[in-house]
Amino acid sequence: MTSLELSKVASQVRRDIVRMVHAVNSGHPGGSLGCTDFLVNLYFKQMNINPAEWDMDGKNEDLFFLSNGHISPVWYSVLARKGYFQVNELATFRKINTRLQGHPATEEGLEGIRVASGSLGQGLSVALGAAETKKLNGDKSIIYTLHGDGELQEGQVWEAAMYAAANKIDNVISTVDYNGQQIDGSLEQVLAMGDLRAKWEAFGWDVREMDGHNMDEISSTLEKAKADCGNGKPIMLIMTTSMGKGVDFMEGTHKWHGIAPNDEQLADALGQLEETLGDY
Amino acid sequence: MKKFEVTGNKDTRSGFGDGLTELGRTNPNVVALCADLTGSLKMGDFKNEFPDRFFQVGIAEANMMGMAAGMTIGGKIPFTGTFANFSTGRVYDQIRQSIAYSEKNVKICASHAGLTLGEDGATHQILEDVGMMQMLPNMTVINPCDYNQTKAATIAIAEHEGPVYLRFGRPKMPIFTPADQKFEIGKGIMLNEGTDVTIIATGHLVWEAILAGEKLAEQGINAEIINIHTIKPLDEEMVIASAKKTGAVVTAEEHQTIGGLGATVSQCLAKNHAVPMDFVAVDDSFGESGTPAQLMTKYGLDADNIIAKVKRVMAKKVMA
Ligand SMILES: Cc1ncc(C[n+]2csc(CCOP(=O)(O)OP(=O)(O)O)c2C)c(N)n1
Ligand SMILES: [Mg+2]
Repeated sequence: MTSLELSKVASQVRRDIVRMVHAVNSGHPGGSLGCTDFLVNLYFKQMNINPAEWDMDGKNEDLFFLSNGHISPVWYSVLARKGYFQVNELATFRKINTRLQGHPATEEGLEGIRVASGSLGQGLSVALGAAETKKLNGDKSIIYTLHGDGELQEGQVWEAAMYAAANKIDNVISTVDYNGQQIDGSLEQVLAMGDLRAKWEAFGWDVREMDGHNMDEISSTLEKAKADCGNGKPIMLIMTTSMGKGVDFMEGTHKWHGIAPNDEQLADALGQLEETLGDY
Repeated sequence: MKKFEVTGNKDTRSGFGDGLTELGRTNPNVVALCADLTGSLKMGDFKNEFPDRFFQVGIAEANMMGMAAGMTIGGKIPFTGTFANFSTGRVYDQIRQSIAYSEKNVKICASHAGLTLGEDGATHQILEDVGMMQMLPNMTVINPCDYNQTKAATIAIAEHEGPVYLRFGRPKMPIFTPADQKFEIGKGIMLNEGTDVTIIATGHLVWEAILAGEKLAEQGINAEIINIHTIKPLDEEMVIASAKKTGAVVTAEEHQTIGGLGATVSQCLAKNHAVPMDFVAVDDSFGESGTPAQLMTKYGLDADNIIAKVKRVMAKKVMA
């Protein structure tokens, strides 16, 4: 797919996100909008996957783990748009008896999800386990993960980081959503993380950077990272994003981390996002 | 049935926030720690008024618990604030070793407990926290029922020497306990004296117990209603006396049946005065997304289910 085609999918996904959170007056639009371009690129261009025949084991397929589970709206939309389940199921998000739980869950068998997330800091560990299993199975596929930048404050992330480098887990490509924001304010205000790149490098990872809103750059960075798998090091992509990207009044602030737009704000947001694949 | 006047509608977490701010003014040793949830825990006023005594640790709950333990050495009284799930399960061993076993004067303050957290779903809706915390030696476990009681409890635990788990919630709830109440740790509150059955409730379920009591009264059933805000230590005297009087007990809580208030009350009564019992609680299941009201109905944490359980235990009563 071309970058233009990918951007059209992304525009639809952003529409889905704001409509989903508006409908239940809850959920997390900020991080979801910021990670849209990346997740669309990953699922529509990079990953070797078979949505029609999804199963938990995903043998000989690439796997993705969302560690910052609160951005479930973007993941659900991308999964639906990619054909894992019907797009009209997006209308059930966060409603009672839904498979689209507030945070991703496996209980109801939603296609595309392999472990629950929402309690932060656990996804990389699970991904490393899956990566070790791929190696044991002689499966050359790649494991992708996504993490929030605030999430990196959890100690478990660094336990996993150490394990991955020490054990040469080189079938993992992780990405951090470097939007500089968390709930109580900016990372600088809450708990400054210093030099993220230097931290991951010191932990033995092969670190690259990319602009999370430049489709060409996302494509080239991911393609290069894929080609470099198997070189004895885990790969970390520090992805600069703007929280709330695509909806001007949500952009660049922690304020839209976890609140939904009202009717007027929804109309304003939808006016800024082209409907490309048809609303659910 | 006694009438309860509703004086307002507020979330219990605001009772915690307001109690904490008041403590800041009256007790210079009180300090507060938070893990990137200042707004959700209503700790903003304390933070603004006492910035030097407020510690933002980031999304790092294990570190927060360890730091809280350390801050007691030298005389501070740390209040930690995060969601109930991240206040307990996430950091169980840190609490166990550095706080409970080490007898540290830390107040673990936990919001968004139970199903009433709503749409965020099961990853955040902890229903096992009371069990985990009351299993720890030295730990006091408190689950107040409305804004006023939560505020009073927050203030009272600063005076108590030793680790405390204070559990409260997200939704707005009727306020029906007095604003000027004195909170006594370990003392149950007799809300309504009755003769036919005892309903023992904690947290958000106390209001449902009152609603159930009113409906039962219309049907000629005279329920004794006890508000147990302190699950550990349990007010055994009050529980046993009531069981002796009514001969049947129903407990109600926003928690798993296993390990919760009901389990504790049943152990107490099995040992001292066994009577037919039943439990309004979540039956060995995780929660899910939905509105608080939908979830409380679906999982049977409401007045209707309390009434159903009352009928069951009354049918089992052994008539003298
Ligand atoms: C263990 C744990 N602690 C706290 C929370 C509450 N929480 C949810 S999202 C969030 C902020 C996450 O920041 P970041 O990873 O930067 O995500 P962003 O806000 O940028 O989407 C917090 C504190 C949680 N979900 N899990
Ligand atoms: Mg962030």
